Amino acid sequence: MTRPQSRILPQVTADSRAFWSGGAEGELRIYRCHNCGRWFHPPVGVCFRCRSRDVAPEAASGRATVAALTVNHHPWFGEVFPPPYVVAIVELAEQPDVRLTTQIVDCPVEDVHIGMPVEVDFEQHDDVWVPVFRPAASTTATRNGGNQ
Amino acid sequence: MTFVDDRVVITGIGQSDVGRRLGRTGVDLAIDAALAAIADAGLQPEDIDGVASYPGNVPAEGGFVGALSHDIRDALGLSTTWVLSGAETPGQIGTLMDGAAAIAGGRATHVLSFRSVWESTAQAAGRAQALTGVAARAGGHAEFRMPFGAASAANWIAMYAQRYMHEHGLTREQLGQIPLNGRRNAARNPKAIYTDPMTLDDYLDARMISYPFGLFDCDVPCDGATAVILSRREAAGGLRRPAIAIEAAGSALYERHTWDQRTDLTTMAAHDTTHHLWQNTKMTPADVDFAELYDGFSYLCAQWIEAFGFCEKGKVGAFLSEPERFALDGDLPINTHGGQLSAGRLHGYGFLHEACLQLWGEAGERQIPKDVEIAAVGVGGGPEAGCLLLRREG
Repeated sequence: MTRPQSRILPQVTADSRAFWSGGAEGELRIYRCHNCGRWFHPPVGVCFRCRSRDVAPEAASGRATVAALTVNHHPWFGEVFPPPYVVAIVELAEQPDVRLTTQIVDCPVEDVHIGMPVEVDFEQHDDVWVPVFRPAASTTATRNGGNQ
Repeated sequence: MTFVDDRVVITGIGQSDVGRRLGRTGVDLAIDAALAAIADAGLQPEDIDGVASYPGNVPAEGGFVGALSHDIRDALGLSTTWVLSGAETPGQIGTLMDGAAAIAGGRATHVLSFRSVWESTAQAAGRAQALTGVAARAGGHAEFRMPFGAASAANWIAMYAQRYMHEHGLTREQLGQIPLNGRRNAARNPKAIYTDPMTLDDYLDARMISYPFGLFDCDVPCDGATAVILSRREAAGGLRRPAIAIEAAGSALYERHTWDQRTDLTTMAAHDTTHHLWQNTKMTPADVDFAELYDGFSYLCAQWIEAFGFCEKGKVGAFLSEPERFALDGDLPINTHGGQLSAGRLHGYGFLHEACLQLWGEAGERQIPKDVEIAAVGVGGGPEAGCLLLRREG
């Protein structure tokens, strides 16, 4: 599907800055607890599981799996973000119970399905790198858009 | 055990006109509803000493906030010992539960509880304002949805629906039985927005909004206000009809308040809050005579059916395949006024109003053709949910 001309951008906070700016270095930065080792989202300064304050953003692999999706047909944003497009919840490869709501791009809307492997891609808008996801390249291919 | 030790009862209900583009403010509509409810309870405005409403003074446009508690308190010159509003509460009826708790705790005697919307009029006036016209950035929970085009609850809930379809085989034809049932019942409701007959083909052929939701899976914005009077039992003397008791209430949320991190994506807060409700009563789903279940989107009603235990987990598709079971003359009538899908988005309170009307036998042409004593009311969607089990006394 085509990329939108513009997106409503997030109000970046001190907690979410790493998430929205990691794309500048090709990194999907998700909060992780240094006490229990588990990841969580959305970002906040404490682990909701073990309540440790020793948490910080960390680069995840950017690999994920589509857990739920919808093909949106309604023009909520007019012509600058034209339908149809896929909104999805993806589960991170590191820990499937950490999910992101995102958009699946660079493939026909009808090809997206639950269980589909996807990988992160970043769209820069002003000071924000929006982490969208596209079909995963084969597991042996090098990921684009990163600095690895 | 019953809710607030059975010390609080519902004594009156009231509703304004309901319609499209009524051209009135949410406050004006709420005044109608409040005065009607107070009179229905056999009270005078001077008797009301508590006010509760949803959602309070939250930043929202387009007629979502019809009237604040203080708007109605001040408009009617009420002298109160307790007042509340809020959106950070278990569903749109969360503050009503708090009103009951306030009475039980001695803070008030008669609480006016209401919800008012004027979305149809407000949105007609502001139709040119597309989402792109909003220059501001997305904050709060919207921060992690809006940049991806996930603009509407239609998108967020459609994803849950598709996950359920994937895991349990629910079909659009089955889901469509919810709006079709609502439309049949709405034909008997003079206040309903949509009353024309609808077929399964009409449903399936309607414009797609966000798969699997077509136009008729999404409720219809309207103008209207609904009010309920809660009274301390000892103060509810001289009623012209039996009071309605709150047998049990569910207000639980066992996980984070989130649209995408819930452990089981085939469930919602409705499952938590109904679990809480059934923990607090000896009654079981088999005792329920009829149910009024939030259908802001068709799938939310399906979630409430399963959450309340009217079908097994994962089996709501089979339940919906037998629409005669939940028709007006079925074993378990559901959304007897048409639900929000056909009767308009009164935002939760319409279901409570309808439950009381049916329990009192005052539902006119759509009165359930059997004696009904126990009603289940489930309100909300996603992480927002609250529910009540109502029992007519006498």
